[in-house]
Amino acid sequence: MNIHAIKAIYLFELARTWRTLMQSIASPVLSTSLYFIVFGSAIGSRMVAIDGISYGAFIVPGLIMLTVLTESTSNASFGIYMPKFSGTIYEILSAPVSAVEIVMGYVGAAATKSLLLGLIILGTARIFVDYSIAHPFWMLGFLILTAITFSLFGFIIGVMANSFEQLQIVPMMVIMPLTFLGGSFYSISMLPPVWQTITLFNPVVYLISGFRWSFYGVADVNVGLSLGMILMFMLTCVGIIGWIFRTGYKVKV
Amino acid sequence: MQPIIQVKQLNKIYPGGFHALKNIELEIRRGEIFALLGPNGAGKTTLISVICGIVNPGEGQVLVDGMDIVRDYRQARQRIGLVPQELSVSIFETVWDTVTFSRGLFGKPRDPAYLEQLLRDLSLWDKRNNKIITLSGGMKRRVLIAKALSHQPDILFLDEPTAGVDVELRRDMWQMIRRLRDSGVTIILTTHYIEEAEDMADRIGVINKGEIVLVEDKNSLMQKLGKKQLTLQLQHPLPTIPAELHNYNLQLSEDQHQLIFSYDSDSEHKVIVNLLRKLEDLEIEFTDLHTTQSSLEDIFVGLLEETA
Ligand SMILES: Nc1ncnc2c1ncn2[C@@H]1O[C@H](COP(=O)(O)OP(=O)(O)OP(=O)(O)O)[C@@H](O)[C@H]1O
Ligand SMILES: [Mg+2]
Repeated sequence: MNIHAIKAIYLFELARTWRTLMQSIASPVLSTSLYFIVFGSAIGSRMVAIDGISYGAFIVPGLIMLTVLTESTSNASFGIYMPKFSGTIYEILSAPVSAVEIVMGYVGAAATKSLLLGLIILGTARIFVDYSIAHPFWMLGFLILTAITFSLFGFIIGVMANSFEQLQIVPMMVIMPLTFLGGSFYSISMLPPVWQTITLFNPVVYLISGFRWSFYGVADVNVGLSLGMILMFMLTCVGIIGWIFRTGYKVKV
Repeated sequence: MQPIIQVKQLNKIYPGGFHALKNIELEIRRGEIFALLGPNGAGKTTLISVICGIVNPGEGQVLVDGMDIVRDYRQARQRIGLVPQELSVSIFETVWDTVTFSRGLFGKPRDPAYLEQLLRDLSLWDKRNNKIITLSGGMKRRVLIAKALSHQPDILFLDEPTAGVDVELRRDMWQMIRRLRDSGVTIILTTHYIEEAEDMADRIGVINKGEIVLVEDKNSLMQKLGKKQLTLQLQHPLPTIPAELHNYNLQLSEDQHQLIFSYDSDSEHKVIVNLLRKLEDLEIEFTDLHTTQSSLEDIFVGLLEETA
């Protein structure tokens, strides 16, 4: 195992985060804070509690997930797309590194960053709403698993993308809507039965439900099912990445 | 001794069907400077890219010090440094960070003292904390060289290292390359400046349209394919070449004042002596004489015309 290489890629990617601190940390924290102010404090005070949880507290897990999902995806995709775009990927390809090491470096850095971001937002939320965490260990577990899974997903997008536009389209057009419709702001049980069934095809539902369970002990779907879905999605991503490296698809001609 | 690089029956067909390398057979000797020459699109970069792992090989095999570049890619790649033709380097990083990154990527532990010496040798030490975007093109190329040498490889590929580099810097660069060679590094370079190959290389390979046309020791190549010309400045114009001289390869200039004798560089000395003696017999007097020798460039152009 080429530990030095994993470390080099990991540190390079984190350095990119520090270079763009405003964009990568400050801006997501600010926008999430706005959600807390508007939906948590302002509107939330007029809303009835869901499952006995005040509305402001109810949306905290969903909003953290929203950020972690979008940031993991866009970070990891950008991280691998840039060298492809600028041509610096030649160095990675010519280095004595395995596919696993490359992925560990890039995905590890993207996941670290969005995990930190998730924790910062969790801390920030405290300023606006009162919440409790019933299962801190599982909370962290879900957060880490989600960060890694969606960083893997972002890595795939970064490899596939042929332009900056394509790079941004997935987080914008897929992740955002799925998260909004996945129960960030409401409990699925509040939907009409038909929509409840349709919603169950949205993978994000399982993430948010499981994550919210770790806070308040209540969930839309069984926690075991949530965990299973995350792991399944993660394995799918790993499988696709394995295929990309075996075939050199869009990486090597 | 076993060659440090062996390319065996290598083919490369790009997606789209372009056959960029055709049955390449090539051996690079340990510690030599090997110049790979060829016109644009000949396949030089493709060949280097296959050996370095940037492009998938097609049929065939490449061994680096006996290790297969696909099966034993780790051991093979650790030995190799590559300076690519394109100036691709992440521009928002500093010089120091980027060489540190490269060293780590190739699996070597940190060694600031070595990297300092490397940057000093390349006159980049003063620029170590500059972002690469603020450097000139020639400096960027040196950064790429520093990156390629950061993990102390013993095989160095230089794909047109002197493109866009000024004369003085080019001289420094060649000095450094000679120093590297003296320290035991094998160097494979491509260049369009044929004088450079003539100056620097131990052996020359010529590739054209994906095929190796020739691989030769530089000196013997110049001797074998090089032509020499002896030009005699005549005292009196000579209307025609006398019959006695017909078995010499002679030409007369248009003003009839110059007699030009072409001969192979490796032909015997006696030919010239005999010719001069004959001229004396025929009472053809000359006031001056000089010889010229064809350059590698002439040889190269001649070769390409032959294989075109
Ligand atoms: N990715 C690619 N896909 C398809 N064809 C390619 C690709 N890269 C190179 N080629 C083709 O392969 C041939 C050889 O290209 P290569 O870059 O190896 O030439 P070269 O000898 O390095 O030329 P130059 O002196 O211009 O650098 C060219 O005809 C080129 O168009
Ligand atoms: Mg080239």
